[in-house]
Amino acid sequence: MKYIDEYRNPDLAQKLVKYILKKSTRPWKIMEICGGQTHTLIRYGIDELLSGAVELIHGPGCPVCVTPLEKIDRAIAIARREGVIFTTFGDMMRVPGSSRDLLSAKAEGGDVQMVYSPLDAVSLAEKYPDRQVVFFAVGFETTAPANAMAVKIAKEKGIRNFSVLVSHVLVPPTIDFLMSSPDVEIDGFIAPGHVCTVMGYTEYEDLAEKYNVPFVVAGFEPLDLLQGIAMLVDMLEGGEVDVKNQYTRSVCRLGNPNARRIVEEVFEVSDMVWRGIGLIPKSGLKLREAYADYDAERRFSVGNVEADESPLCISGEILQGKKKPIDCPAFGKECTPEHPLGAPMVSSEGACAAYYNFGRIKGGEHV
Amino acid sequence: MFECPIPIGEYDRVTLAHGGGGRMTHRLISKMIAPLFDNEYLRQLHDGAILNLGGRVAVSTDSFVVSPVFFPGGNIGDLAVNGTVNDLAMCGARPRFITLSLIIEEGFLLKDLWEILTTVKVRADEAGVKVVSGDVKVVEKGKGDGIFINTTGIGEVLEGVDVSPSNVKVGDKVILSGPIGEHGIAIMSVREGLEFETPLKSDTMNLWPLVEAILKVGGPAIHMLRDATRGGVATVLNEVARSAGVGIVIEEERIPVREEVRGACEILGLDPLYVANEGRFLSFVSPDVADDVLNALKKVPGGEEAEVIGEVVEEHPGTVVMRTWMGGTRVVDMLSGEQLPRIC
Repeated sequence: MKYIDEYRNPDLAQKLVKYILKKSTRPWKIMEICGGQTHTLIRYGIDELLSGAVELIHGPGCPVCVTPLEKIDRAIAIARREGVIFTTFGDMMRVPGSSRDLLSAKAEGGDVQMVYSPLDAVSLAEKYPDRQVVFFAVGFETTAPANAMAVKIAKEKGIRNFSVLVSHVLVPPTIDFLMSSPDVEIDGFIAPGHVCTVMGYTEYEDLAEKYNVPFVVAGFEPLDLLQGIAMLVDMLEGGEVDVKNQYTRSVCRLGNPNARRIVEEVFEVSDMVWRGIGLIPKSGLKLREAYADYDAERRFSVGNVEADESPLCISGEILQGKKKPIDCPAFGKECTPEHPLGAPMVSSEGACAAYYNFGRIKGGEHV
Repeated sequence: MFECPIPIGEYDRVTLAHGGGGRMTHRLISKMIAPLFDNEYLRQLHDGAILNLGGRVAVSTDSFVVSPVFFPGGNIGDLAVNGTVNDLAMCGARPRFITLSLIIEEGFLLKDLWEILTTVKVRADEAGVKVVSGDVKVVEKGKGDGIFINTTGIGEVLEGVDVSPSNVKVGDKVILSGPIGEHGIAIMSVREGLEFETPLKSDTMNLWPLVEAILKVGGPAIHMLRDATRGGVATVLNEVARSAGVGIVIEEERIPVREEVRGACEILGLDPLYVANEGRFLSFVSPDVADDVLNALKKVPGGEEAEVIGEVVEEHPGTVVMRTWMGGTRVVDMLSGEQLPRIC
């Protein structure tokens, strides 16, 4: 398949693996931020192939995983209301709130519908003018332009029965937060290719300088990641600190100006609570005052929801790369994809689910 | 091909009265259904059919609730016959009879019902099965999803055939009858309003001709058969590994997946190994007959793209492992729920 097979060439992959193994003089700690990249690394066993040369630390880049519990409880409360059509991307459906998930809300009679684009939710609002259509606007900078566009179009068309429940998070402030916490040791970063497609990578240049760590912006296919890691190892071995772009077929330094403009117009930066991590200053997006009418939290006063995480779940440490899923005593026991205690076990991009689903065989045992 | 014997103008939709048991019900059955499926068993219009069967008999029942009822490559009637016929085939049984039970939502278009019934007729004739008993119920508007169908099938197990998970042995080859994921993606594309450049069709088909061909060449060396419906190939492999207490290793590069399905799965973040099929099955066979079985499959329409995708091993009992194209390995586990498309 075009644009896929080129990036999954077994011979080239083997060459890159050999190169990294040969070049690396010590096990460099490299963090990939994005959950999509974690998924690829584990799915193809890249972490295993590189063991000894590179230690891959999985970052907090799964939007499903870091959406705060309170927000999910609010989503469920809104979805259960009479007259509401609650729309969401598929993988938010099974994320556990404090007592249930959106799938249960649907089973209990809530009209919860899966959509593939926020614009589908706007169309639903046009089709059912007597209903309130709410879209769960979740994601990093990657999904922000489309979500902003949906709100803008709804406003321009005067569609009054559409609103969004916003839970948008930003990558650079989170890297800043991670690097400034005392017990985090990371030698280099794989920057998220799709976030940078929208935003460019100038923000990472500031971070590279501030913390003296190199970055490589990489794509999501196995060869993208292997090449990205090779570029990073080259810089680390040579003592070079810079931001390099592996994902040139999609990313340019300043990103996509049109996409950035629409995000800027509709959203503003705000403080944000990350599930498992806590409050990170200026790490989220909220609707600007001019679009406040489209804020589902204002439209449906759902009040303050207090929520507690399972005491067994160590997702906070996992999302910060301090621990691996297999370090968690509940992993694969109390916590499985059928019965997730924390969000990283739900989405296929969550580190715990990636470890669980694409687990390994060691000594004849599935681990 | 068939013309509806009830003038559509009289009633164009199914009403509660059609299921009330009175004159309307009688009319629906005697005009629309009984003559269409006419045979010596049904003609009795008795409470049940009395069948003459010798030897070992296989029975299987299945309910069909597909939404939408009409989809690219078929309708619920295709599934209602093929699904049950295939379950019998997986027992090594020649399908002989089926029952047909309809639960129809009030307001369902009579012309759609007729199209479904004629599809059932065509598929049943092709499969050589007779509809020997049936039932019609009508539920109030809002209490069904158009139409639900239940069919029960009865088949005769071929002489000397013994297929069951407990027969699966270390060293057995795993053979897949054709490319995977087409039914699931075809349904999803209409259900979710996704538009792809190349329209995909459901793979629904009667698998008995394929099964008959391999039983002929493999006989008792065919240890286990299972169609890869809901949950896809990965789920079937896990079920077999667990119930037979063996390990299974499959090769990623040998699993046939059409470009269109691969593309759709890439876009949606789905794994074709877990996508539903309605016309694909896996056979576990002795290594010494594997080539003959594969060749036999390839000669029957619908089996041209069959492949040996893996084998049964002693290691890691209960677990399915896939060798990826990169040379790594990973576990292919059961899925906990439905596959959900990813955010990004």
